[in-house]
Order: sequence, then structure tokens, then C-alpha cells
Amino acid sequence: MNFDYTQIFDYALLLMMLAVGVAVIRLRNLFAIVMLTGVYSLLSAAWFVSLDALDVGFTEAAVGAGISTVLLLAAMLLTSRECAPVSAMRHWAAFAVTVAAGCALFYALPDMPQYGALASPANSGVGMDYMMRTAEDIHIPNVVTAVLGSYRGFDTMGEVFVVFAAGVGVALILRLTGRRREDDV
Amino acid sequence: MTPHLILRVVAKLLIPFILVFGFYVHFHAKYAPGGAFQAGVILAAALILYALIFGVDAARAAVPPWAVRVTMALGAAIFSAVGFVTMALGANYLDYTPLHPNLELARGQYIGIVVVEIGVLMTVTAVIIAIFYAFAGRSPEITEEEW
Repeated sequence: MNFDYTQIFDYALLLMMLAVGVAVIRLRNLFAIVMLTGVYSLLSAAWFVSLDALDVGFTEAAVGAGISTVLLLAAMLLTSRECAPVSAMRHWAAFAVTVAAGCALFYALPDMPQYGALASPANSGVGMDYMMRTAEDIHIPNVVTAVLGSYRGFDTMGEVFVVFAAGVGVALILRLTGRRREDDV
Repeated sequence: MTPHLILRVVAKLLIPFILVFGFYVHFHAKYAPGGAFQAGVILAAALILYALIFGVDAARAAVPPWAVRVTMALGAAIFSAVGFVTMALGANYLDYTPLHPNLELARGQYIGIVVVEIGVLMTVTAVIIAIFYAFAGRSPEITEEEW
């Protein structure tokens, strides 16, 4: 059995993400925390690329590391620059929840299919069907685009309307001009 | 001398390339990873970079909020309109096959995906810009010493 050396990348990136996560918990300066969440997104984007999930990595880099960081910075400017100290009780409660969720995840881990396994649900069934049929049905090389645009066009329309609803919601609550009411009067 | 001269010059150089890359990601999605969602975010990022360097008011002058509002709705409308067109042509909602008579090469599917993706691009770009405008317009301007 030959060892897949790209795994080392995955573990290294996951360790870096863990370190960034711990740093985010320890820090009190909101600016540094916002920047570190951007770093976290960039690391996870790199990790997705290493897992051959290029589309997901792309989105994570653009949305997570780019836009979210800018929006969080803009939101941070409206509040204070330091976060208030949190009581030890709440730390322990959060720790308990994290440990419980982590144990549950590790308990479920053996049921997951092996990475890249041929018999996994992602590689059998309808996924393989799309791979086989895209070339003759749609005649474009990128199966992801074919699935998102045509086979699952209705889903994508739902997504667009979710995005649209988010935009309308923000525009209604915060107003696009973004000025506070007092300024207009 | 204007402050942040290097930032301004570099941003001015970068923004056209970011825009071109956004359109590349959009229109090359037939062959490579990418698509309208990612491309929309990249296009919006170009404007956000402009706003960060030259101020939100300059960005608002370049892309006025009313245009953002209209584009946002128009994109979603284009997507659903394609579905109604295919229904009028006798197929199911969003079944693009009858959009072009060439069934051999499935040109209808191709046209449908291209039009629909343009709708996605418009909505995603406009919504990201709208969210940014809504947040950034409320934030106080960053003072010089905080840079």
C-alpha cells in the first residue's frame, strides 16, 4: 500500500487552522481577531484545494477570506475595538459544548467512507450518472457547471433568490445609502 | 503629497485585472472551475477595493445604489424568466433543451446555462455591493492615525 503524501499537506493545514482558532479565542483585540478569521478562511481554502475541491476553495477564498473580512471590519468599526472580558463560567460552558460535539464527531468518523473511495455515496449513484451523461446531454466539459446550471437549475435558482432575499433584507434594515436617519432630517 | 500614494497607485493598477479575472472566472466556467457565484464575488471585491482606497462616496458615484438595487432584482428576474421561456416553448421549467433547434450538440442547454449564469452574476455582484454599501456607509471614516 503506498502512502499518499498529499495527506501531509492536509494535516499541516488543519494544524495551522487549529492554531489560528486557538489564537482567535485567546485574543482580545477585535481587529486582530477579524484578520485571523480571514487567515483561517484562506487556510481552509488552501485545504479545500488540497482535497481537490477547487470550486469550494475558490468560493472560500473569495467570500470567506475576502468579502467576509471586509464586512467584519466595517461592522467592527461600529463597535468597540476590544471585546469585553468573558466570565470563566461561560468559558467552561463553551468548552463542555465543544468537547461534547467533538466526541460525537469522532464517534461518527468511522462511518464515513474513505476519502476518494469508489463506493462512497459521492462517487456512486447520481454523481456518477452526471459524470457519464454531461458530455452527451449538455456538451460542456465542466460537469460542475452542468449540474449547477442545468440538472439542478431549480436549486441554483433557489440559491439566487436566497442571495437576493439577503440583499433585500440588508437594504430594508440598514438602507443602501447607509446614512443614519438623523443625517437625512 | 496625498496620503497612501502607494496604495492608491497599486489599487488603480490592480482593479482592472481583478475585473478581468472576475469575467474570466465567469465565462470560462464552461471549461474550468468557477462560475457566476465566485465571479460575482470577485467583481464586487474590485469595487470594494476601490471603496476602501478612494472612499465609499467615490464608489457610490461610480456604481450608484439605485443601479445596485435594479441589478439585484434584474438578475433574479432573468433567471426565472428563462424558466418561463422554456415553459412557453413546451418544455419543463428550466429545461433548456428547446432554446435552440440543434439537439445534436445540445446548443439549447448551452444557451440556457449562459443566460442563467448572467442572471446569477448580476444578483450576486449587486447583493455583495449592497451589503458592503449598507455596512460601510454607517462606519465612521478611518482617521489618519489609525492607518
